[in-house]
Amino acid sequence: MIISIASGKGGTGKTTVAANLAASLNQPVTVLDCDVEEPNLHLFLHPDIQSREKVIAPVPEIDLDRCTFCKKCMDICRFNAIAVTANTVVTFPELCHSCGGCTVICPENAVTEKERILGTVETGTVPLPDMNFGQGLLDIGQVMVPPVIRQVKSHRAPDQGITLIDAPPGTSCPVIAAMKDTDFVILVTEPTPFGLNDLKLAVETVRLLNIPHGLIINRAGMGDDAVYAYAKDKNLPVLMEIPYDKAIAQAYSKGDLIISQQEDYKEKFQTLYKKICLLADSEKCAP
Amino acid sequence: MKELVILSGKGGTGKTSLTAAFAGLKSSLMLCDADVDAADLHLIMAPDVQETHDFVGGNEAVIDPDRCTGCGTCLELCRFDAIDENQGEYTVDVLNCEGCGVCVDMCPESAIDFPRKTCGQWFVSHTRFGPMVHARLGIAEENSGRLVALVREQAKKRARDAHIDLILTDGPPGIGCPVIASIGQASAILIVAEPTVSGIHDMKRVGELAAHFKIPAMVCINKFDLNLDQTRAIETIAREKNILVAGKIPFDPAFTKAMIQIQTLLEYDDTCPAAKAVRNIWETVMTHPAMKLERLM
Ligand code: SF4
Ligand code: SF4
Repeated sequence: MIISIASGKGGTGKTTVAANLAASLNQPVTVLDCDVEEPNLHLFLHPDIQSREKVIAPVPEIDLDRCTFCKKCMDICRFNAIAVTANTVVTFPELCHSCGGCTVICPENAVTEKERILGTVETGTVPLPDMNFGQGLLDIGQVMVPPVIRQVKSHRAPDQGITLIDAPPGTSCPVIAAMKDTDFVILVTEPTPFGLNDLKLAVETVRLLNIPHGLIINRAGMGDDAVYAYAKDKNLPVLMEIPYDKAIAQAYSKGDLIISQQEDYKEKFQTLYKKICLLADSEKCAP
Repeated sequence: MKELVILSGKGGTGKTSLTAAFAGLKSSLMLCDADVDAADLHLIMAPDVQETHDFVGGNEAVIDPDRCTGCGTCLELCRFDAIDENQGEYTVDVLNCEGCGVCVDMCPESAIDFPRKTCGQWFVSHTRFGPMVHARLGIAEENSGRLVALVREQAKKRARDAHIDLILTDGPPGIGCPVIASIGQASAILIVAEPTVSGIHDMKRVGELAAHFKIPAMVCINKFDLNLDQTRAIETIAREKNILVAGKIPFDPAFTKAMIQIQTLLEYDDTCPAAKAVRNIWETVMTHPAMKLERLM
């Protein structure tokens, strides 16, 4: 069972839900932080990182001795990552999408590929029973987020296990890369006009991907009722509410889990998982 | 002309509410919402849309089954797993297609079309604080960086034409392509940080990004009284990294209440403690050397 936790925007409590749900399950779980631009989950779960791997993307390297400046590579590149002048070729690796087009098209075999580092994937364990951890970190100045996310996701739990994915915010390529091929999406929102606006976009995104989904309303009581009305209108199950509570906000500010401050939340998160099992494909649920 | 980009590393720190509150503090400015992925500024600004334009972002490969002979070249060359084969029938999975066009160029039968596609829309509007340029990226679309760049370009061009000397840009979250597109050539950035362990982590990452691109950075701490230890930690880090602390805003439910009333914080209650803090921050930001406005003729 792979559950991704998403929201139209950051700051709604995605990471809080991911961390607390992971720590409440009485089953082996793998938690993956796919918010690779700003991974925060480690601040709550304190993983012991045991291995690091680089995320590598191929970018072209031009052999100027072979190059005849025919410009074919420049023409095939849709991302303006190659500029050919009368006697030289300049590449812009940060624009390159690593499609390999320039390499296949070059008639002189003057284009080879070298490796560019996009970021790092770290994996390890959390000092709680049976929890594996993984996160991606985009290098500063890099823009190719989806490959880093895909590499984090390659560390999901084996077959029967539960994987929780903390997705990045938004509705574009990074969040699609995170949610794709998962069994259930939890959408976390806040009952405010901003929360509602972002939730609508998030719902459109999951519906496009056709993944079963449900809602968690965080900071319940802080704003208005429009989110509830929308949920009802769109047939969105509200799986859980987390009240607007200064104690919870303070726990969060220190990097503490809600369940370590308020015991009864452990059961609430377990109930959440049971509800998810009913909504997702039942075969995916570990007994 | 100056441009202040308000960033946060992550959404939900009050970036948009702060941008909105600032808008009322200067008589003539241009607003720009560069958070095209989940734009929220319009919810407070209630813009009266004057112009709507399509954003034609990229192209998408489409295989014509009549011309396709099933040779499999596209499947072999595509590095994004975007070509599906089902009993000799080849199709493109649009969610995986990066629009690189390699299959289009290399197909021996020229069986793949490459139509341009509309990835979103951008708007020019009137608001009660001045003109505003904003956009909406279509769901699951790429190229948010390009749309951000376009929105900022238009804001600049129109500000110049209207002799407006300040652009206030609500930036996107993260540190990836949209953020990089939002800070190039900005006069300065203001990071809105929350005093939480994750807030500090996020602020460091955007701070590093700003340093990487050599853009002067300032920080303000929202809800600073939520955790005073973390607030002090932010101040220390800012000092070490040469980031000016422009001020601290106390936790104040007025922000949410204002949002629900479709008002800026200062319209809702300009005497509340948060409103005072916002005014002070604005003063500090606008007197930063990177932001000092040249006299208009
Ligand atoms: S690999 Fe693709 S994106 Fe990169 S430079 Fe070559 S053609 Fe351009
Ligand atoms: S390369 Fe062209 S002919 Fe060959 S399978 Fe792909 S679309 Fe069909």
